[in-house]
Amino acid sequence: MPSDSRKSLGTSRRRFLGQALTAAGTAIVAPKVLDPNSAAEAQQPLVNRHLPIQGETPVTLMINGQSHTVTIEPRVTLLDVLRERLNLTGTKKGCDHGQCGACTVLVNGDRIYSCLALAIMQEGRSITTIEGLTTGEQLHPVQAAFIENDGFQCGYCTPGQICASIALLNEVKRGGASAVTADLTHPPESLTLSEAEIKERLSGNLCRCSAYNGIVAAVQQVLGQTPPSPAATILVQEMTG
Amino acid sequence: MSNIEPRKQHESAIGHVTGKATYTDDQRQPVGMLSLYPVLSPHAKARILNRDLTAAQAIPGVVTILLPEDIPGENDTGPIAHDEPLLPTDTVNYWGQPVAWVVGETEAAARQGAERVFVEYEPLDAVLSIPQAIAMESFHNSPQVCRRSDPDTALKTAPHVLEGEVEMNGQDHFYLETQTSWVVPDLEGNYLVYASTQHPTETQHIVARVLGVPSNRVVVTCLRMGGGFGGKESQANPMAAAAAIAAAKTGRPVRVRLRRHHDMMITGKRHGYLGRYRVGFDAEGKLLALDLALYSDGGWSLDLSPPVLLRAMLHADNAYYIPHMEVRGQIAKTNRVSNTAFRGFGGPQGMIVIEDIVDRVARSLNLPPEVVRERNFYHGEGETNTTHYGQELVDNRLMRVWQSVQAQAQFVDRKAAIAEFNQANPYKKRGIAVTPVKFGISFNKKTYNQAGALILIYTDGSIQLNHGGTEMGQGLHTKMLQVAAKALGVSLERFRMMPTSTDKVPNSSATAASSGADLNGQAVKDACETLKQRLAPVATKLLALDTPEEMVFADNWVYCRTYPSARVAFDEVVQAAYNDRVSLSATGFYRTPNIYWDPETYKGRPFYYFAYGAAVSEVEIDGFTGTFKLRQVDIVHDVGESLNPLVDKGQIEGGFVQGMGWLTMEELVWDAQGRLRTHAPSTYKIPTVSEIPDKFSVTLLERAAQDGTIYGSKAVGEPPFMLAMSVREAMRAAIAAFGDNPTYVPLALPATPEATLRAIDGLSAATSLEAAQPASSGVL
Repeated sequence: MPSDSRKSLGTSRRRFLGQALTAAGTAIVAPKVLDPNSAAEAQQPLVNRHLPIQGETPVTLMINGQSHTVTIEPRVTLLDVLRERLNLTGTKKGCDHGQCGACTVLVNGDRIYSCLALAIMQEGRSITTIEGLTTGEQLHPVQAAFIENDGFQCGYCTPGQICASIALLNEVKRGGASAVTADLTHPPESLTLSEAEIKERLSGNLCRCSAYNGIVAAVQQVLGQTPPSPAATILVQEMTG
Repeated sequence: MSNIEPRKQHESAIGHVTGKATYTDDQRQPVGMLSLYPVLSPHAKARILNRDLTAAQAIPGVVTILLPEDIPGENDTGPIAHDEPLLPTDTVNYWGQPVAWVVGETEAAARQGAERVFVEYEPLDAVLSIPQAIAMESFHNSPQVCRRSDPDTALKTAPHVLEGEVEMNGQDHFYLETQTSWVVPDLEGNYLVYASTQHPTETQHIVARVLGVPSNRVVVTCLRMGGGFGGKESQANPMAAAAAIAAAKTGRPVRVRLRRHHDMMITGKRHGYLGRYRVGFDAEGKLLALDLALYSDGGWSLDLSPPVLLRAMLHADNAYYIPHMEVRGQIAKTNRVSNTAFRGFGGPQGMIVIEDIVDRVARSLNLPPEVVRERNFYHGEGETNTTHYGQELVDNRLMRVWQSVQAQAQFVDRKAAIAEFNQANPYKKRGIAVTPVKFGISFNKKTYNQAGALILIYTDGSIQLNHGGTEMGQGLHTKMLQVAAKALGVSLERFRMMPTSTDKVPNSSATAASSGADLNGQAVKDACETLKQRLAPVATKLLALDTPEEMVFADNWVYCRTYPSARVAFDEVVQAAYNDRVSLSATGFYRTPNIYWDPETYKGRPFYYFAYGAAVSEVEIDGFTGTFKLRQVDIVHDVGESLNPLVDKGQIEGGFVQGMGWLTMEELVWDAQGRLRTHAPSTYKIPTVSEIPDKFSVTLLERAAQDGTIYGSKAVGEPPFMLAMSVREAMRAAIAAFGDNPTYVPLALPATPEATLRAIDGLSAATSLEAAQPASSGVL
């Protein structure tokens, strides 16, 4: 077992079983699909199956306000660390080539494609994934707006779309221009950000179901351009309540 | 919908926005799980001479390598014909075909191993296109024929006859979640399969087939899919089968999760089609006769090509009455991926041909295309309202959607404004078009039109809902919860929607053909009715009513219709039923009535009903670049009495945009060696948010309740896809505006900027040809 998980090994029967069977090399175990709501389980993978490879190095990442140390080969992407090592599977792998946006996460408030980012380069930075957006039971306003405006169908691109939308809001607040900004000396403001601006700023995130209208409407709502419908607000309260 | 629970949002809404909605590969991994990585053929067709595994086996972490001899059962994954080896024994039949799967402790180890599997090939001549297949007579089947009256004679006597070709591209599904399966064996010879599959029952059958075990040893569960669109109907099976073989060989859990480019190289796509036609018509543009040969690119194996072809043949009329008609269909056998189901299932391929023809007929007569379209609609009763396969359009709603959408879009005014714009702008031209959709609802194969459900009520009043359909984003689970809550008269919060699983509802059909809600909804309702029949006497007793009377289940209460003031809580009835030893679980079942099909005569009533829609699209084309901008879209679509308007509008928007992608930008490029050159989102362009028109208005047809369906609703998954034909026709109108009233506007599919530029350039050539030799009339 690698060093990072060794220190977390407890006496739980499940982990003991895992080691024993792995050692025997003939493990046959029914899958234990754990409750994803269990924070403790989510943070500590049951087993790290990767083989020790020369050149692995411990890397400490600050993710959703918590520190995680993993021992990885330097070429491992942030996406693979999130999904394969830390069980933060809310971040999706769509193309693994930086072309679809499903793996978008926030690093120091900016969006990146986590499939194109080496995990080892993220040390000392603050990483936020879709799992880190909720405060207790309280949804982030962008998350709520996606529900209220039906901004998804299959949901697979949704974590990336939400992270991209949050970054978009930050970029506009900072006065960032986009490729369709007419006058670079007068970047658009939140209340007047045009639909074309929103679309340009979200064009790096594909949605094959084409829930695009709902996604744009969600962003407009959070920008304060359109009020949420009273019925939608009630729905969200009921669901989270 | 007033009498359905007012739940509007998706049942997994919170899960989707928080990242907690679990897809197959998001589950907590079982201990010791192995990974698969494929070794792919570098040739479109070749003989396998030798396989050398030595180097691969030396890679640390490579556990084993799967070859045909590792398959304990039948080496075949074909859903209809047994012509699809999971691993080829002597010949590879397409570029990208898996010839071996490397099993590794990690995906990285398996990948390293795959790079070191050395296979020696002898390349063979390959069939790489439909025309080449026709020339070489390389087909999967004999020609299929659907004939009405006497098209040969009618073509001889028709005042005008045109002939031509329409060739169209396939389409990659590009579900955001690639093909994924986990297989977990136990010590007793059973296999638990978690698969991203639209057809868990077929995945179960295929896994059992390759393992050589009875179906009862295999349980297939689909949690949910990150998109399907038909691409996970049969195409999920080979991956699940490969993982199952690895699980059987190693005794360990195994996962396969295709990388994007592998998914695009390995799996089947929408069929490309070639249509060759002769059409006869009169001076008013009325269609008199059509002779149409449809050739589909089936690829290397049969897969679902026959039913796809049948649907194409049965939709080659779209909305138009053609008194004399013959459609022939044949499936080309080529050395490409095995093409498969994709939203519309052949319908779009058949319909785009007739829409191409109708536009050409109109322009050849210098008539507005929308006038010619309307003149040819199915109408009246009997013959003129009956399809070429003999099914009458009972409750024909074509004119309703047609007139509503033109009113909504202010079609007439805008067309005039566009003419003015085009007069004033030499380099940019606009076009507007309206097109109809009529789409038959039911599986063409009668057997598949059945569904099952299983409802379990627990003594605390909480309920588990199972049905045979899978969730891929279309909102099926949301609708099924609504149906169950309404039928049982209880609140939605009581329900837990269970993952689709073959050990809960066996022998299910694919979630396909837009039929998910129609079929499973009725089965869910049936189960609820059974439970209510058992609970009603218990409630009668609790209410101390003398005789069993009509009991009402509503708002978590049970009461007698004639005496509603005395009521008892649903929870109390459930507990009392348990105490009285009354069963609290029930199955439900449904089979679609009144459908039949005669494959010998190609006549029958294959569809339970038709879904209707119409769309108006306006585009602007840049004459320098060939790029187009979709300026406005208006849609009126018939979903019956919508079970969930939010979900249905999402399906209509999504289907339309996906159709627009197929028709205008998604280009599959195969090179001369049969290699797919567009196997990544960098080279294969699906619509982004930037392609969505600023004005995009979707209206559900009002007062549209359908008889004999679940709460009056109609299927919605596929029909809107074909509304996108209005985009292509609008582009042809804009291209026509670059010329001098051309009599024909050929436009290649997909209508990429290059194709559009070629079409504009072609106008002048075509016009001069027309002038020299009038080709718009005469017998060919």
